Amino acid sequence: MLKILKYSFYDLMRSRWSYVYFLFYLALGFVLLFLNNDLSKAVITLMNVIIILVPLISTIFGVMYFYNSKEFTELLLAQPLKRSSIFLGQYLGVAGSLMLSLVLGLGIPFVLYGLFKSDTIWDFSLLLITGAFLTLIFAALAFNIALSNENKIKGFGYAVLLWLFLAVIYDGLFLMSLILFEEYPLDSFSLAATMFNPIDLSRTLILLKLDISALLGYTGAIFKQFFGTYTGLIVSITMLILWTVLPIWRLAYKAKRKDF
Amino acid sequence: MIQIENLYKKFGRNQVLSNLDLDIHGSGIFAVLGPNGSGKTTLIKCILGMVVPSSGEIKVQGSTIKKNWKYRQEINYLPQIANFPGNLKVKELIRMIKDLRQKDSMEEDLIKLFGLDPFLDKKLSTLSGGTKQKVNIVLTFMFDCPLIILDEPTSGLDPASLIKLKELLLKEKNKGKTILITTHIMQFVEEMSDEIVYLLEGNIFFKGTVEQLKSKTNQTDFEHAIAAIATQTSDA
Amino acid sequence: MYKFQLQLIVFIFFIGTPLMAKTIEVCPSCEVKSIKEGVALATDFDTLLIKKGTYREFNILVDKPLTLIGENYPVVDGEDRGEIIRIVSDNVTIDGLHIINVGTSYTTDYAAIRVVKSDNFLIQNVVLEKLFFGIYLERSNNGRVYHNKIIGDALDEYNSGNGIQLWYSHHVQVDRNIVQGVRDGIYLEFSDNISIHNNISTNNLRYGLHFMFSNDDVYTDNTFENNGAGVAVMFSKRIKMMGNVFKKNWGTAAFGMLLKEINDAEIIGNTFEENTIGINIEGSNRIEYKNNDFISNGWAVKVLGACYTNSFINNNFLYNSFDISYNSKLNDNVFEKNYWSNYTGYDLDKDGIGDVPYRPVKLFSYVVNRTPETIILLRSMFMDIIDFSEKVSPVFTPDNLLDEMPLMKRLK
Repeated sequence: MLKILKYSFYDLMRSRWSYVYFLFYLALGFVLLFLNNDLSKAVITLMNVIIILVPLISTIFGVMYFYNSKEFTELLLAQPLKRSSIFLGQYLGVAGSLMLSLVLGLGIPFVLYGLFKSDTIWDFSLLLITGAFLTLIFAALAFNIALSNENKIKGFGYAVLLWLFLAVIYDGLFLMSLILFEEYPLDSFSLAATMFNPIDLSRTLILLKLDISALLGYTGAIFKQFFGTYTGLIVSITMLILWTVLPIWRLAYKAKRKDF
Repeated sequence: MIQIENLYKKFGRNQVLSNLDLDIHGSGIFAVLGPNGSGKTTLIKCILGMVVPSSGEIKVQGSTIKKNWKYRQEINYLPQIANFPGNLKVKELIRMIKDLRQKDSMEEDLIKLFGLDPFLDKKLSTLSGGTKQKVNIVLTFMFDCPLIILDEPTSGLDPASLIKLKELLLKEKNKGKTILITTHIMQFVEEMSDEIVYLLEGNIFFKGTVEQLKSKTNQTDFEHAIAAIATQTSDA
Repeated sequence: MYKFQLQLIVFIFFIGTPLMAKTIEVCPSCEVKSIKEGVALATDFDTLLIKKGTYREFNILVDKPLTLIGENYPVVDGEDRGEIIRIVSDNVTIDGLHIINVGTSYTTDYAAIRVVKSDNFLIQNVVLEKLFFGIYLERSNNGRVYHNKIIGDALDEYNSGNGIQLWYSHHVQVDRNIVQGVRDGIYLEFSDNISIHNNISTNNLRYGLHFMFSNDDVYTDNTFENNGAGVAVMFSKRIKMMGNVFKKNWGTAAFGMLLKEINDAEIIGNTFEENTIGINIEGSNRIEYKNNDFISNGWAVKVLGACYTNSFINNNFLYNSFDISYNSKLNDNVFEKNYWSNYTGYDLDKDGIGDVPYRPVKLFSYVVNRTPETIILLRSMFMDIIDFSEKVSPVFTPDNLLDEMPLMKRLK
């Protein structure tokens, strides 16, 4: 698997898209910091970017890579290699290169700006960790979609739909159901609903850092327990790990049974 | 070498292979023939483990291939379409495959044989179809394995390279290897193959030498014999 | 220590001018063994020098103008039996005592030091621990409470008292005290012209500072941190609040500052940082908010009920989850030339003022007011889209609630 990872990563590192992605984050980081001169504000803007763009780019990139490396995959399949290692290797190659672009692209401007001397470093690290998780999750989901759809167009369509659903539509439905059932105690429901969407989950994790003052204004005991203690952090991270592991597991499972 | 028992494969509602039994042993060149959609490629992919059979058992060198991948160490496979990751250079591709298989290889002679030297530093995406096929052949023959599977090996090759390929095949056969070929070029089959496996509607319709086929169909010409098999079926 | 004694001598010299006052020493091995004895022996304007030691006494009644000075913080232990010192005479000074174990009662407000109907008092350098009420001023004017340390261990509101309480007391200075772990750090009721400076009131159960029906008071440069609900200013007029820090008041209904029925106040140069609500305003009018910093609060300013003619000018609103929240569609308040970190406009003419007005009230804050659980959707893309559409054409938020001149750069 490590060898496949190496070659996929190597392959991606030479592809134009990795650089586009990297340069995009680099430019974003510089623009945010040096035009604004406000580290805290930059971190908040970045949060929006990470929550929305990282999943989108990971999904599209994942699907694209999967379809584009079909030949490579077939070449590998005839080699004495385990199927799961072929796909996991490719997946980790994609996710790894995306994460590297993200971390370096954002990290360089922030470090140059003097991040290490600032208190914002924790908020920033949390952002990067969340971004890394989102990359892993959405690349895995993209691979799953691509693996289940031979048709490229369909695969792309589903991938973009998935993103749209998790990034926007889900929250809309979530909000409507909260308003609709507002007479009932809703804090367990709303926390649970958050857990089922990795984007919301990451957002919550960041809220814990940036908006804890507002979150603690709510009366519910479960909210209080969740946001007021380390429970929220631990539960969120556990769920993120679960969100990462499950699609990867399904990927390996499906890959073993697929015909090429 | 290869034993197949009760092999079934369905793609959705489409039954591609049904109750297929096949036993291939000893050295020689075995041509897998059949009309389009008869299941040739599926059969080969089943042997390679790329397609998972619905039921039945396949054994390669005595051991079942189910949940097994190490047996592919002993197989060289030439895929039908020579498509490779475009970002890699020829040299890197060869190095990568060597790295993945961790086996002694003799790619240098083959590169010389097919005159690929000037292309070694080119990216695969810039190569022509014929050159890609040559690279494909180099990758297939550079390891010393007892079983060689070739899916349409002649496609895109110029006559000179075709002759070199034939020489290569004979050389390998003489080393006592089992070679499985699918092709649509009957002349190539007649010239090269020791045994023919004729697939029809997902099952083996005929297995034997060219001579046996000719006598069975009462034809003197091989191509006519093949065509006659198809008509016999429709009669039956 | 030498300097301190020198000051004391000078002080005694002035206080004691009418008569040649004498100094009575009190210590466990002295002739005078208890404070009560000392007070009984003393005549007006005498000084009681209380040496280091433990004095198990309560209900000490100081009924003549005396100066009680502790040397090296002698401990006065009330053994939980009731009030410890009661001052009923003008011109009394208490200095340098360490008072512990005030009795707790549900019917009587026992205090460590209570001043009743007495003027010109001075209470300084006193350390209070294990107390019920700390320093309780009752109908006493023109005094000073200076540099005391009050450390309570209150757990429940119903059986705890306030650190410093003023009741019908006017013209009192409360400076440089440290109050923590009591119910209200400093509590004022019907007390006018009080000035409160440089105090640090933290970790109190209810409010760091609490005003009721008290007018013309000033409080400056105090720090209020991590109190149950923050600072409450209620039913009072003409209060000046300047240079204070309100920090980390977290929780349901917790705020940096609560203004309830407050008129004509000035709130200038304060810092509100990391509170659930920076300022909670209810029925308060004609208040000037200027040069304040609102940093990382849940809600920087929450306006409830009718509030008229307030002006917010030259404040910094930085990284708050919500800048302003209203519960009505009416607005009679002015927002001008503030810096809003959430502002996304531009400044083409480079005059430092954004060319598009800023709308500090988000639709989402209405949604959250209505269904609090929706707070979990904060910063989601869906909410951003909704907020944006509301910004373009306000339906739920007050139409005229905007800062026409948002600053492009943070005010220093």
